[in-house]
Parts: sequence; C-alpha cells; structure tokens
Amino acid sequence: MSGRLELLSEQGLRLDGRRPHELRHIKCKLGVFEQPDGSAYMEQGNTKVLAAVYGPHQAKAKKAEGNELIINCQYSQATFSTSERKNRPRGDRKSQEFKMYLQQALSAAIKSELYPRSQIDIYVEVLQADGANYAVSLNAATLALIDAGICLNEFVVACTASLSKSNIPLTDISHVEEVSGGPKLTIAALPTAEKIAFMEMSERFHIDQLETVIETAMAGCREIRDILEAAVKEHLIHIGSAADWARVC
Amino acid sequence: MAYVALSEAEKTFILHGVEVISSVPLFNSLFKVSLFLQEDFRCDGRSRRDYRPMELETGLVSNASGSARLRLANTDILVGVKTEIDVPNPLTPEFGKIEFFVDCSANATPEFEGRGGSDLAQELILSLQNAYESPLAFDYRTLCLIPGQQCWKLYIDILILECGGNLHDAVSLAAKAALYNTKLPRVTATLLDAGITDLIISDNPYDCTRIGTDAVPLLVTVCKIGDYCLVDPTAEEEVCSTVSMVVSVSMRNETPFLSGTHMTGGGSMHRDTMLNCIQLGLSMGEQLNKLLVKMLKAEETRVGPKRPKTVGFLK
Repeated sequence: MSGRLELLSEQGLRLDGRRPHELRHIKCKLGVFEQPDGSAYMEQGNTKVLAAVYGPHQAKAKKAEGNELIINCQYSQATFSTSERKNRPRGDRKSQEFKMYLQQALSAAIKSELYPRSQIDIYVEVLQADGANYAVSLNAATLALIDAGICLNEFVVACTASLSKSNIPLTDISHVEEVSGGPKLTIAALPTAEKIAFMEMSERFHIDQLETVIETAMAGCREIRDILEAAVKEHLIHIGSAADWARVC
Repeated sequence: MAYVALSEAEKTFILHGVEVISSVPLFNSLFKVSLFLQEDFRCDGRSRRDYRPMELETGLVSNASGSARLRLANTDILVGVKTEIDVPNPLTPEFGKIEFFVDCSANATPEFEGRGGSDLAQELILSLQNAYESPLAFDYRTLCLIPGQQCWKLYIDILILECGGNLHDAVSLAAKAALYNTKLPRVTATLLDAGITDLIISDNPYDCTRIGTDAVPLLVTVCKIGDYCLVDPTAEEEVCSTVSMVVSVSMRNETPFLSGTHMTGGGSMHRDTMLNCIQLGLSMGEQLNKLLVKMLKAEETRVGPKRPKTVGFLK
C-alpha cells in the first residue's frame, strides 16, 4: 500500500483535525419545502444535500408492472457543488450509479407491501460535495421519507469508512481523504436490526482488515441513526406543538 | 412550470381580486343605490404593485466564488458563480465572458425529472442572456485581464429548488446578489516573453476584487390578468394570465433603462397596454433594485457573531 498519503498525523489526528472514529458535524432539518410531500436538508461537514419525496401516488403506466411499489430515484449534483465546475448536473455515469444504489438501499427499508401499484419519487440534490456524497444523500432521503410519512422498517443510514496506512480504520471520510488514494467503503445499514442493505468498496483491502472497517462503518451508522432520530423527534415536537403533542413526547 | 390545477370558480375569484369593479349596495330610504368600488386586492392581500416577502442570503456555497439564495415566498433559487480564465472572443477582445446555466431541480416538481425542465431552463437562460447582452447593462470590460489574450469567464449557475411563480424575477434577483457576492482573486501579469504573458493569481483569499454590479439588470414580469397588469404573480395567478411581459431594467445614474424585453404566454395585448406594462415594469424595477442593494448592504454588515445562526434551511 505505497504511493498514497498517510491520512493520520503522528498525533493520531486526521487532515481536518478529527480523531479516527469521529464523524463530521451533522446538521439536519426536516420539512424545508412546502410543495413536496416530504423534504429534508442534511449537512455533514461540508457536504450539503437536499432531498424531496413525492408520493406515494399512482404509478406511471409505462413503469407499472404487476403489483409492486416503484421506487423512483434521481440523484443530481449542482454544477457549482464541486471545486471544478461540473458541466451537467445529472446523467453522467456516477449519478446513474448513485441513483441505482439509492434505489437499492431504500427498497430494503420501505415497507413496500403497504403500497401496491404505487410509486414514490425520491429526488436528491447535492448542493455542495465534500466526500461521502452517497452516504449523505441516503441519510437525507431517509429523513425526507420520514417527513413524507412513508412507512419504513427502520432508519436506513449510510456511512463511509477508510483505512489509514498504519491500518487504523477511519470513519466518515472527507473528499481529501477520498482522493488521497486510500480504500473507501460505503455501507448502508439498518442499524437496529444490524442488517446491511448495501455495501460498496473500492481500492483494495486485506481480508483481515475488512471486518474491522465494516465494524467502524457500522458504528458510524449507529451514531448517525441516533442523530437523525433526535432530529425527527425535535421536528415532530415542533410541528406538533400546536396540537399539544409535545407533552406526549 | 409546475402544474397548478384551478377550477373556473377559483380563476374567477383571482380575476375579480385583480380587476373587477364590485358593487356594494347602499341603501337609501328612497333609492337603492350601488356604489362601485375598485378592488385591487389580490388573494394574498397584496395590491397589483406589491411583491411577496423575500429572504436573501449570500456566500453560502464554499466551492463557488460567489453565491446567493433567494426565497420569494414559495420560489426558492440558489445561485453559484464560478470563475475561470479564458481567451476573449476575437470580435470583442476587451470583453470578458458570462455564461448562464439554469438547472430545474426535480425537487421543485416531479415534472422536471430527467430532461423535463430543460424547456423552462432554456427560456430563463435566454431572457437572462438578452438582459445582460448590452455592455451598458453589464460592464464586460471589468472582466478583461489582458485584452485579446486573457479574460475572466463567469459561470452563473442557477438552481431552481422550488417554484412558486415569478421565476424570472427571482432568478435575476438571485443572480445579481450572487454577482455582488462574487470575489475575483487579484491577478498580476508578469514575464512578458515574446508577447506571451504569465498570470499570477493571488492565493490569498482576502486579496480579491469585486465586480461592479450597479447596472446589472433585473427582470420584472408584468402579468396581464383581465384588463389589468400586475407584478410578482403567484403560480395560481400565472395560470389565470394569458400573456405577460418580461421587462429587464438596468439602472444608470439613478434612472431606470430598458435592457431587453419579451413577451411570454399565448395571448396578445394592445399596444397601449404593452407600453403601460413596460412603464410599470420600469418603475417596479427601480424600486426592486433599491431594495436589493439595501438588502445586500445589510447582509454584508452581518459578519462574525452578528451573523444570524439560522436563516432558512442553509444554516
């Protein structure tokens, strides 16, 4: 594993000053827009994502096959989101790939048996990209689905992890850490059930390290789940305060 | 445009608010007299010359040289300005370049999914290009580094996050705010070697220049509903209107100038109405410009601890 940068300093700190297991600062908000049925904004460090959910509504004729629920995703990235200007916001290979992965992870979480012959549209817009774009998009999509009141088995949460040169696992990697050549592992998990809905890995890992890196990412997922849960509760108290729900919570 | 379904009764209601002279019965002992009142009272309580409330934030996107987010009631626009060094057009060696790009996000309406929003985006790009075309409306010379060799190229990337009517105005306001917020790094040219210049771009983020935005045009949509013209139509009012004029207003020495205009929608209007619309657009543009400059100056002073912790959702 030569030729790539050391991601940890001698003091055991990462490039942005975090310790190996630390997440970036997370801020999120539900119900940011009025027109969609559900919407959420999520910020993880410098990665900022907006998600909107429309539906469930009647499936479009050309897409409807049989009885099952259609989960329609779109991933797009604002042209000014990266440091180099992007020429088009969507339609490139990367966004097609992310779209498929989103669909995959979300269909594991949505209780699709409750919505036969329906369609749910999930649109994700990355406003600023600084690593872990897929993970933050999925987390934002989960929040938007909750805001739309769609039944989920549980929170589906994604987190990334990497491995430093000295074989110390790192949680929630930023863009600089992503491009410096380290391995990158993304996991979308259902943390309570300890199930993995989606996993993607690039670069090479030694099989002995894989276990620890997966565990690191899972720990990150659990931590993010707690943050999201707190945000959902706060949102519900806020919107329900008129109906005096706050006391029930 | 986002699809808004309105029944005939709802349309009539909007129409009456805008124009109808309604009759209020006044009972007199001898005669039954009706007093005719002009309403000028729209659904949301505004008069025909009122704008909806606006919210403006600048400098949100750290990957862009300048950015602004504008929320005009339900219309939400995010603009990022990116800069690049380019070679000037040989026909205009002393001018820099500006390129607009509009992306209608599917977050705004599912109809924009895939390529669904490209028609609307193209329309907005064209009206902005028209408005900015005149060198009197935007001083392209300020973007020139070395005439004929190097110039700045500004990419004004506009992202529509939610549509609640009056996109033209909101987009132009947000674009102007983002340009005001744009900081170009200071460039020094050295080493004249066989006519080729070497540019040194300052890497100090505080060593920067700004773009003159005094004359940057604003678009004002004047919407004709019934026999009357109004500004800042909501999505519902846009459905009721057959034709509207987009007037681009550029300020010079405190006087509003017209820097482009075009009609949208399927209907037609009388020549006098059209001139009235343009007049209304000009005077509204002047007021809007004053307001925007005031808002931008206020935004500038809110730095450090004075900056409010949460405005909108982009904290």
